[in-house]
Amino acid sequence: MGIEQRLQGFDFIATRAEFFINWARKWSLFQYPFVTACCGMEFMSTMCSHFDLARFGAEFPRFTPRQADFLVVVGTISHKQAPIIRRVYEQMCAPKWVIAFGVCACTGGFYDNYATVQGVDKVIPVDVYIPGCPPRPEMVFDGFMMLQDKIQKEKLDEHCAEKKYRLLP
Amino acid sequence: MELEDKKDLESDLLEVMLGPSHPATHGTIQMRLKLDGEKVVFCDVEPGYLHRGFEKECEDHRWNQIFPYTDRLNYVSPIINNVGFAMAVEKLCDIEVPVRCQYLRVMLSEMTRITDHLTCLAAVVMELGAFTAFLYFVKARELYYNLLESVTGARLTYSWLRVGGARWDLPDGFTAKAKAAIPETRRILREIDGLFTKNRIFMDRVVNIGVISREDAISYGITGPFLRSTGVGYDVRKAHPYLVYNEFDFEIPTGQNGDSYDRYSVRMREMEQSLRIIEQAITKLPAGPVSIDDSRFTLPDKEAVYNSIEGTINHFKLVFDDIHPPPGEAYAYVEGGNGELGFYVVSDGGNKPVKCRCRPPCFPIMSAVGGIIVGHMLADIIAIFGSVNMIGGEMDR
Amino acid sequence: MSKELLQKVLERFPEAVEESHSLHGDETVRIKPERWLAVFSFLRDHLEFDHWIDLTAVDYLGREQGLPRYEVVVHLRRMKDGGRIRVKARLSEGGPAIDSLTSLYKGAAWMERECHEMYGIVFKGNADLRPLLLYPEFKGYPLRKDYPIDKRQPRIPLLGSEERRFPKPADETAHGHDPAFSREKKQ
Repeated sequence: MGIEQRLQGFDFIATRAEFFINWARKWSLFQYPFVTACCGMEFMSTMCSHFDLARFGAEFPRFTPRQADFLVVVGTISHKQAPIIRRVYEQMCAPKWVIAFGVCACTGGFYDNYATVQGVDKVIPVDVYIPGCPPRPEMVFDGFMMLQDKIQKEKLDEHCAEKKYRLLP
Repeated sequence: MELEDKKDLESDLLEVMLGPSHPATHGTIQMRLKLDGEKVVFCDVEPGYLHRGFEKECEDHRWNQIFPYTDRLNYVSPIINNVGFAMAVEKLCDIEVPVRCQYLRVMLSEMTRITDHLTCLAAVVMELGAFTAFLYFVKARELYYNLLESVTGARLTYSWLRVGGARWDLPDGFTAKAKAAIPETRRILREIDGLFTKNRIFMDRVVNIGVISREDAISYGITGPFLRSTGVGYDVRKAHPYLVYNEFDFEIPTGQNGDSYDRYSVRMREMEQSLRIIEQAITKLPAGPVSIDDSRFTLPDKEAVYNSIEGTINHFKLVFDDIHPPPGEAYAYVEGGNGELGFYVVSDGGNKPVKCRCRPPCFPIMSAVGGIIVGHMLADIIAIFGSVNMIGGEMDR
Repeated sequence: MSKELLQKVLERFPEAVEESHSLHGDETVRIKPERWLAVFSFLRDHLEFDHWIDLTAVDYLGREQGLPRYEVVVHLRRMKDGGRIRVKARLSEGGPAIDSLTSLYKGAAWMERECHEMYGIVFKGNADLRPLLLYPEFKGYPLRKDYPIDKRQPRIPLLGSEERRFPKPADETAHGHDPAFSREKKQ
């Protein structure tokens, strides 16, 4: 984060740097697919040749939070799973984004009972919600492109601890 | 290293948690392992990370509203779950669906059985390192997703069946598309067969890995490809024929050793048998209604609903109050992708079940896996776990 | 074929059988819970019901007057010829307990664990009744009819309130869960 602080006075260079850094970030996202349930099948379809997520540069999943940029929460999160997903999110390094894939991850789906967290945004902050049960791969691309737009519009100091990552103490 | 030197090395067992978020565990499950070097000396499997309260939801919903929940049990073969639940309630109500519906149920069940085995084997080979074959399997799976989407409207979670029949009939042109998909699938399966069945690297990874004996498998309650790989030829479709399976000509492939290679080979051969069943079903498909002609179960046609008062009232009653099976209990079982999928339903005459229990086929298998893994090495766990085809939705419900 | 097997059970244990029927083609027998292990030993060793299928329980709260509340249901099958049988036993409300079948069938272990955590039925002789699908912090038995479907017990403090499906009782917090997990900082 040092470069952003040093560029505070030089607005023209800062906006150009912002543009370039965000452009580079959005076209080389390393995903952490936290796959739990049925949406995982549509996630597999999206990743594979027919629909192909690789054309967005987000082909290879990194199954370790240390190397991943964005966490795709695919499927229902139960209360038993909630501490694990919180820990995975906290282990990821900034900048990081979260996509809630599927209506169970967005709002709990139709599992409104003792076992299910009503949306993963009750546990971690979410950037893009992709509803659907399961969402079609085209919907996933729509959500992914929305995330890319969001990344492109970010300011340089967006990913500081004070601004984005304040969770419960 | 000489044996004398080894005695001086002090080492503790390494405790490792495999899961619940792990690339090679498809679905979410935790295995607490104690390792002595690379060998596993203790394994405790902990499921439940996808427990979504299926049974509690069933007790709170009306009979026909449960079908979407059953879709998401074994989410790679959803029609088979739908069929199982529909058969259980139809057994309770003592009704029989028309012949055309039975043929359609068989045909679509076999298509989803193919998607189940394709997904399972895709995961197995990807975890062992063969990423290209994973893409081939998923390409074949897309054919069936497209076919089923043209019938039911959804790619994965169909909810197409109802108690007493199905939601609607096949669209035009379906049989032609299905006929075209079958040789394409066979071509892809032949390609993959050439890549793996005699492949030295693959065989070294899976032969004699994860062996279970016949008696153990029966005592654990294991069914399906896992049991058939030990040599027991038990398949619900042949042992207790349901729907119109007794009119089809197909075989039950079995293995010999009960290891992961046999489970791979059984699944590959089962896919070929499913293709045979689909071909026969396409030629033998009779004409007729898709749902039973009984106003207690089937929604009336739209013409009757809009033009006659009886139709309107019937429609209203079925949508708001749903069916009322007589008091009693029934257990119906079908051959799921992993084995005997059973539904035990209890009714008290109301429009919601008292109990709707799903007997998951991969539950007893996972209870046995803890014992099978002990003695193998860490890398073998992946080969064993892949061959189990644990589907979290079914296992944890 | 299953009918003859059912007859053999009825002849062997006339004092233990409370009721039997063959509704919808499923041979069923309801026995006294004290004779649970004896009946299953007979089924496995003499009648060759070796294939374990299923174990579950049903909560008949307020439904059948005069009968105990819980019913444990076991399905078995013979590998030899596919004969099936369903064996049930009723357990009363205060401290339901029954013998475990882990000494006879290996598949009983996990299913009894699940039944215990969902209904609270104790299986005597099963050494391992830890929670299987639920987590250790979960209190209560969710599949009992008097456990509300939307009563949640989060393991970690949540970032927002979770709405309940049904109107919540008066003694619950605004967030619908345990006051210890409230987001408001205590001043």
